[in-house]
Amino acid sequence: MEYPSHTIRYGKIIDPDTNEVIDEVLISKMAAPRSYTTEDVVEINCHGGFITAKRILDLLFRLGIRPAEAGEFTKRAFINGRIDLVQAEAITDLIGSITEKSSKVALSQLEGRLSGKLNRIRESLIDILARIEVNLDYPEYDFEEVTINECAKTIKSIIAELGNLVESFDYGKVLREGLNVAIIGKPNAGKSSLLNRLSGKNRAIVTDIPGTTRDILEEYVNIQGLPVKLLDTAGLRETADVVEKIGVEKALEAVDSADLVLFVLDAQTGFEKEDGEILEKVKDYSSKILYVVNKTDKTDEEKINEIRIRIPEVIEISVLEDHGIDVLEKSILEHANKSRIDTDNQVIITNARHKMLLAEALDSLKTALSAADGGMTLDLISMDIKNAAEKIGYITGHEITEEVVMNIFENFCIGK
Amino acid sequence: MGFIHESYDVIVVGAGHAGCEAALAAARMGAKTAIFTMNLDSIANMPCNPNIGGTAKGHLVREIDALGGEMGRCADKTLIQSRTLNTAKGPAVYSLRAQIDRRSYQREMKHTLELQENLHLCQAEIVELVIKDNKVEGVITHIGSFFPAKTVILTTGTYLKGRIIIGDVTYEAGPDGLLPAKSLSESLKRHGIELRRFKTGTPARINRRSIDFSKMIEQPGDDPIVPFSFETEKIEREQVSCYLIYSTEETHRIIRENLHRSPLYSGVIEGIGPRYCPSFEDKIVKFADKERHQIFVEPMGLDTEEIYLQGFSTSMPEDVQYAMIRSLPGLENAQIMRYAYAIEYDCINPTDLKLSLEFKKIDGLFSAGQINGSSGYEEAAAQGIMAGINAALKVQGKEPLILDRSQAYIGVLIDDLVTKGTNEPYRMMTSRAEYRLHLRQDNADARLTPIGYKIGLISEERYQKFLKKQKAIQDEIERLRKKTVPPSEKINEFLDRHNSSRIVSGIKLYDLLKRPEITYDMLKEIDDEIPDLPNSVTDEVSILIKYEGYIAKQMQQIEQFKKMEEKIIPEDINYDEIKGLRIEARQKLSKFRPRSLGQASRISGVSPADISVLVIYLNALGRRRNGNEG
Repeated sequence: MEYPSHTIRYGKIIDPDTNEVIDEVLISKMAAPRSYTTEDVVEINCHGGFITAKRILDLLFRLGIRPAEAGEFTKRAFINGRIDLVQAEAITDLIGSITEKSSKVALSQLEGRLSGKLNRIRESLIDILARIEVNLDYPEYDFEEVTINECAKTIKSIIAELGNLVESFDYGKVLREGLNVAIIGKPNAGKSSLLNRLSGKNRAIVTDIPGTTRDILEEYVNIQGLPVKLLDTAGLRETADVVEKIGVEKALEAVDSADLVLFVLDAQTGFEKEDGEILEKVKDYSSKILYVVNKTDKTDEEKINEIRIRIPEVIEISVLEDHGIDVLEKSILEHANKSRIDTDNQVIITNARHKMLLAEALDSLKTALSAADGGMTLDLISMDIKNAAEKIGYITGHEITEEVVMNIFENFCIGK
Repeated sequence: MGFIHESYDVIVVGAGHAGCEAALAAARMGAKTAIFTMNLDSIANMPCNPNIGGTAKGHLVREIDALGGEMGRCADKTLIQSRTLNTAKGPAVYSLRAQIDRRSYQREMKHTLELQENLHLCQAEIVELVIKDNKVEGVITHIGSFFPAKTVILTTGTYLKGRIIIGDVTYEAGPDGLLPAKSLSESLKRHGIELRRFKTGTPARINRRSIDFSKMIEQPGDDPIVPFSFETEKIEREQVSCYLIYSTEETHRIIRENLHRSPLYSGVIEGIGPRYCPSFEDKIVKFADKERHQIFVEPMGLDTEEIYLQGFSTSMPEDVQYAMIRSLPGLENAQIMRYAYAIEYDCINPTDLKLSLEFKKIDGLFSAGQINGSSGYEEAAAQGIMAGINAALKVQGKEPLILDRSQAYIGVLIDDLVTKGTNEPYRMMTSRAEYRLHLRQDNADARLTPIGYKIGLISEERYQKFLKKQKAIQDEIERLRKKTVPPSEKINEFLDRHNSSRIVSGIKLYDLLKRPEITYDMLKEIDDEIPDLPNSVTDEVSILIKYEGYIAKQMQQIEQFKKMEEKIIPEDINYDEIKGLRIEARQKLSKFRPRSLGQASRISGVSPADISVLVIYLNALGRRRNGNEG
């Protein structure tokens, strides 16, 4: 294409075999190396709609162009050295992210906020190491004898910071993959209608016949920017029906793997034996259960009190009258925010490799502290601190040994 | 060309600490070897501090000894004070350091060279290398004689175009008032070897009679003396003391007022000096807030009154030095015997070398020691023995011996120099070693003696002794693992006495020894079956048991490390063929030609992304080659 790079031109896509005009398009040209991958890139903007895009793609494929593999552009950008590993992984997360809030995390990571934070942590570890190492390598000099107690304070605060980062992964996972919410309750308590209300669609089959939902229904919803995966389970009750029995087992599995469980009770029926049985079945999960009393429009206070006596904290809603839904949504959000991580200010780990490395660094620092308490010698304590710095270096791409040595030369006076 | 001598397998140019080890190793491995020195009376000289060892350096001496080298034995014979440093800081950093009688050491080393079979010690300056078709053929002396050789090892120290600087006075010289080697540099350059200028320095020497030791803090030696060499059983010797003093306000004032006269600051010195070993004026400038600096006052030998001032190296003019020294406590009337000087010299860029210390581009030419950009006698000797071994192996048509970073400090030293290069004289430090807890000075024999035996530097007798020691260590660990002591009143009284918690059920001696407050020697009080074992065995038993968990962790790290080291890159690899390598990485890799993926990953300018690309390429290449063969 004989026109300058980084300009957009108007043109027509014409099938060379039939001379048919497929679409009017805008073509952007980005010549190497000033492109995402650092290679030559051409982008075609066509009119909306699936058919036009498909016809253009078919034509291109016919001419020998192949579709990119998943993540191929990022991979090329990484291989060509335009972006580092943290950035590449953040981009992968960005592409995989579902809602606006999680793209915010992915973007800030991309901009190096995670790198910045990790670099600060790594540098303070290197400072500590240099102080220890200069004592080990220059014993004849009278540097202040380093005591691990002095370093312990810094190490403790780093442990807290790393701990937050590692924990943030779970929240990061929520942002990326969505919060897994299982809806349970006895048959016909109104689980499916709640799901439909939350998703705003009429997806689950809603009937008055108990056991209509026999398999698990999944629905992605967006609750005030938080991606939520709702799982509507079959009613949990003792049953002889084989199909339904499988459904019940699956529901229990869903409870086990869910981040949050909505236990739906029926205000109309009050607290029944079946509710008690379910309560017993899921009692180990009580910390992640929200109790939702539905159908408050169809009952009186007495029935609701039956439930309140047994379960002190309930959220009362009426799907039919659209009452209390906002309170429920708020509770779901609060649960997701339990670790009180504010994505606008904090750095969040969204990558499993990062989480693993940081968890290892955290362990090493804990070991170093307890070794210090146990009267271990400096060379051993230093081993774990170095290990922690190294693990963080694997994320930021830094080599530790050389930096410690440089730090010693810069900050300590030694010589012959 | 003048007289043509008989041909040698290995020729060593220079008889300092690197040259001596190189020549002895090659000759002991059966290579017909010649070693040249400009002055037979300056063999194995210590032109700077009169001591051997220290942190990491002591480790190097132990490793040289474990491979069958000479430095440790020679130091044991001639030391006049011995100390173990860092005893409270952990087994990885216990370090031996000894004051040496400088003249005795030289005499001892010279005599060892003279007595060595297969070795010809000869006084001559080598002025030219003969290299044809990128292959070394021999050396030419200052008289014009030709010595043909299959391999040549350069161990020229600080002699190449040596230039001494004292204040604004400079003159061509080697160290310690010896002659410089002025011609060889030109020959190296003609053969395409890049030369760089490094700088080092040494402090003044004072006559002992003029020193008032009552104003100094005495630092006596340790008792008993721990030998360097695994072969030395015991050293019983009267030891001399060193002394410690501090610089004064007056010293600092003199330096500040005369800073403009220091060649470091006036621009006379161009060479790059080491950061870890700054001259005293550097310390005053860089660490201006420090009120005083330590200076160590060390004897140079038993039959000399010369005293060395460690920590006080400078290149100030004579009159400033005079005032500086006389401002120090106890040195008010100091009689200066030698003034401090800085020395500049030519050295090569060590990244031009393979890990075997052979030049990448010149077949059969090796180099070791300060010419490679290192600093220190021990660092020089460590490279020397490896160059000697590899030259001999080359003559035998065998693969080179390469110690990796997990095997020895020697491996760390050479890998750092060759892979990362250095911009200043390189000093060994324990913090440079990733696997420090494994690379201890006490187990250097376990790490390296089998290798020394395999290449023929360790005698059968010594090897059998080594095996016996290793077995004794294992047997004793096993015994402690099996023996349980009951919770008797005697045991609990013993535990009380050593501030250790009481026991209510039986405990294995092994587990008892794991307690930080319990030492192996204490066990003698409660274990009547304890065998009579030498310290070298019981120390090892104790370390292996006490630090078992940490050592196991370190071994896991080493295993990870080895995986990358063992991925050998084919020598005929064409980096231009690899798509996706960044240009910088491609250039660096093409120039360095790393031996393994591990080494490639340590080259500066090669990123983890480049390594990923390389891994993918090598895998594909492996499949293609296997496919072709199959």
